[in-house]
Amino acid sequence: MQEHDLSWVRTEMVLAERAPTSERGPVAWVRKNLIATTGDTILTIIGFVIVAMILPQVINWAFLSAQWTGPDRTVCTTVAQGGIQQDGWSGACWAFVNAKFGQFMFGTYPIEERWRPILVAILFVALLAPMLIPRVPRKGLNALLLFVALPIVAFILLVGGMFGLPHVETARWGGLLVTLSLSFVGIAVSLPLGTMLALGRRSKMPIVKMLCIIFIETVRGIPLITVLFFVSVMLPLFLPAGVTFDKFLRALIGVSLFAAAYMAEVVRGGLQAIPKGQYEGADSLGLGYWQKMGLIVLPQALKLVIPGIVNTFIGMFKDTSLVLIISMFDLLGVVKQNFSDPNWATPQTARSGLVFAAFVFWLFCFGMSRYSMYTERRLDTGYKR
Amino acid sequence: MASQEILSEEPNRGSFINDPKIRSLVFQTLVVILLFGSVWWVVNNVIDNLQRLHIASGFAFLKGRAGFDISQTPIAYTSDSTYGRAIIVGLINTIIVAVAGIVTATIIGFVVGIGRLSQNWLIQKICTVYVEVFRNIPPLLVIFFWYSGVLAVLPAPRDSIHLPFGSYLNQRGFYFPSAIWGDGSWLILVALVVALAMAWFVAHRARQRQLTTGQQFPVFWTSVGLIVGLPLLAYALSGFPVTFDFPKQSTFNLTGGFQVKPEFLSLYLALSCYTAAFIAEIVRAGIRGVSKGQTEAAAALGLRSGSILRLVVVPQAMRIVIPPLTSQYLNLTKNSSLAIAIGYPDLTATAGTVLNQTGQAVEGVLIMMVVYLILSLVTSAVMNVVNARMALVER
Repeated sequence: MQEHDLSWVRTEMVLAERAPTSERGPVAWVRKNLIATTGDTILTIIGFVIVAMILPQVINWAFLSAQWTGPDRTVCTTVAQGGIQQDGWSGACWAFVNAKFGQFMFGTYPIEERWRPILVAILFVALLAPMLIPRVPRKGLNALLLFVALPIVAFILLVGGMFGLPHVETARWGGLLVTLSLSFVGIAVSLPLGTMLALGRRSKMPIVKMLCIIFIETVRGIPLITVLFFVSVMLPLFLPAGVTFDKFLRALIGVSLFAAAYMAEVVRGGLQAIPKGQYEGADSLGLGYWQKMGLIVLPQALKLVIPGIVNTFIGMFKDTSLVLIISMFDLLGVVKQNFSDPNWATPQTARSGLVFAAFVFWLFCFGMSRYSMYTERRLDTGYKR
Repeated sequence: MASQEILSEEPNRGSFINDPKIRSLVFQTLVVILLFGSVWWVVNNVIDNLQRLHIASGFAFLKGRAGFDISQTPIAYTSDSTYGRAIIVGLINTIIVAVAGIVTATIIGFVVGIGRLSQNWLIQKICTVYVEVFRNIPPLLVIFFWYSGVLAVLPAPRDSIHLPFGSYLNQRGFYFPSAIWGDGSWLILVALVVALAMAWFVAHRARQRQLTTGQQFPVFWTSVGLIVGLPLLAYALSGFPVTFDFPKQSTFNLTGGFQVKPEFLSLYLALSCYTAAFIAEIVRAGIRGVSKGQTEAAAALGLRSGSILRLVVVPQAMRIVIPPLTSQYLNLTKNSSLAIAIGYPDLTATAGTVLNQTGQAVEGVLIMMVVYLILSLVTSAVMNVVNARMALVER
């Protein structure tokens, strides 16, 4: 009897076939993403026309025709305007940005003292970088240094008048220095203040609740310019005769109060999203109000609203440019101030300066938003539906 | 018996330092005392300072002669008008730029937001670049860019750029033909109103008919025909009363036509571009918030893709979109106060001038705050009505 073993078991996997040619390669990609339907093709053509109209011009203006260095306006003006360029020339005047770079960074901060803001910047980066990288240990100490020690050191270094450092009035500060210090203080003040306001708004005490609501809704209902007007014009009236505030400090107060009101609403959103069981659970463990909030509710609530908090930070960073209106010179203010420099007045100056300022603002804001997206992913515990 | 007695007694709360009621009472009393104390102190200081600086108080200054000119006046205004009128001119300017900006920003925002969800790679990338660029730049910078970077370097009036329909663009702004309404042009307006009413009626009847019989009626094209056709008919019947005043080029300037000044133009363009980036993100989030099952169920019912979008996806997306959209509208209105930086005479600018001339800072800032608060409240009230109509009607 011969054994016929008809059953056959495969012992190794068949190697994966490559996708059919119609599904891979650049041709398939184009077919799928650019010309899937007739409508799609029309859209693609429109898109190409837009890109073809804008991109070459932008590249030509910003790089190919741009003037990178030069002593004064002649490099950025055509012959007819009294310069060296051919008629019809249009390019970025980076020479202007190059020449004014120091001012854009520090305003009219005395040149021999500029090592002080540079040192503060180095300290700031040295403390911020480990704070942002999750793997680096000792976050508590780091936060203490960043939010308590650094402001004190920075204040001594920047203002001076102590330890043999010459005093530099805040009226001489300017440029990115003002933008960054305003935003840093604004961020450091608005988050705790906003959290307190949010807690106050959800408090069971009617008077506290009412006061918080009035403050938040009033500030949110008016533009920042009005708030800045308020602090720059009315604050001096509120104080006894003879007591004056520094203008920089007034701007700081205005920006911080404004951001705190927005922050309060963001944090309130987080507080409302925490299930009631968490509050009751904390109560039943016998925790007091501050323990309940600090240990149970706020850590969860703040984590939920990280995107909102960072959005508020970004908004505030952008809003610092408004101090220009109460005649303080932040980055945008200094750039704009320099348009009127007769040495550099050309048709390209304004555009180049503004594009440079826009680029700096963009870098900071884009960086913040990307970091917040990263943090959000990292803290995601997977409970989200 | 004994256990009942224990139950009826007040629970023992221990020392009354730990009683939440008493604690909150003490704390609130403290807050009130502090508040009144500081208000009293501030008011005293203000009175003191005002007396020292010889500044009048009260709102009587609103009746005084303004003595300054305003570059763009939608209502009659000269430097002999009152301060009150100057502030009203500013308010109207604010409303004009805010409404124009809101409409444009909504249109750009919806187009870009839907574009970001497009299957088309190129369109998607263009829209993403737009959003990421404008979202991360201060609005003030965008305004300056339009004002000093684009509009200020346009050619002088002599070499104005010709645009279609007899309009021109130059350093001094945008010129387009203005209509002159002759005798009998009221008929056109009446025809438009009648056409709108009829279009509404047709839509109403068509919906009723579809509900009872299931038959459809081409509402859209009928309405278009009515709204365009009737006024045109009226225009012809009344003997073509509308003529156009075209801007004419002379040696140094353009005369005639309607001029849109660069201040308004740059503020309007900047606010629209900037806010549109945020609206685009809101729209994208709204559409993505409608679950895929809804689209698939609609397709299973046999709806075409256009109908799916119009009848199923958009109504649900709007529920998610409207609340944040409202706050963007409010932001745009508040950002219009940046007009002061380029000299567009909005509320903040005129009230600021009044404040500087009279020195009555308290009243000036108070007026600004109250007016902006009212504007915000009106906008959110309107949007709340829209929201209530869109909201999910549940049992």
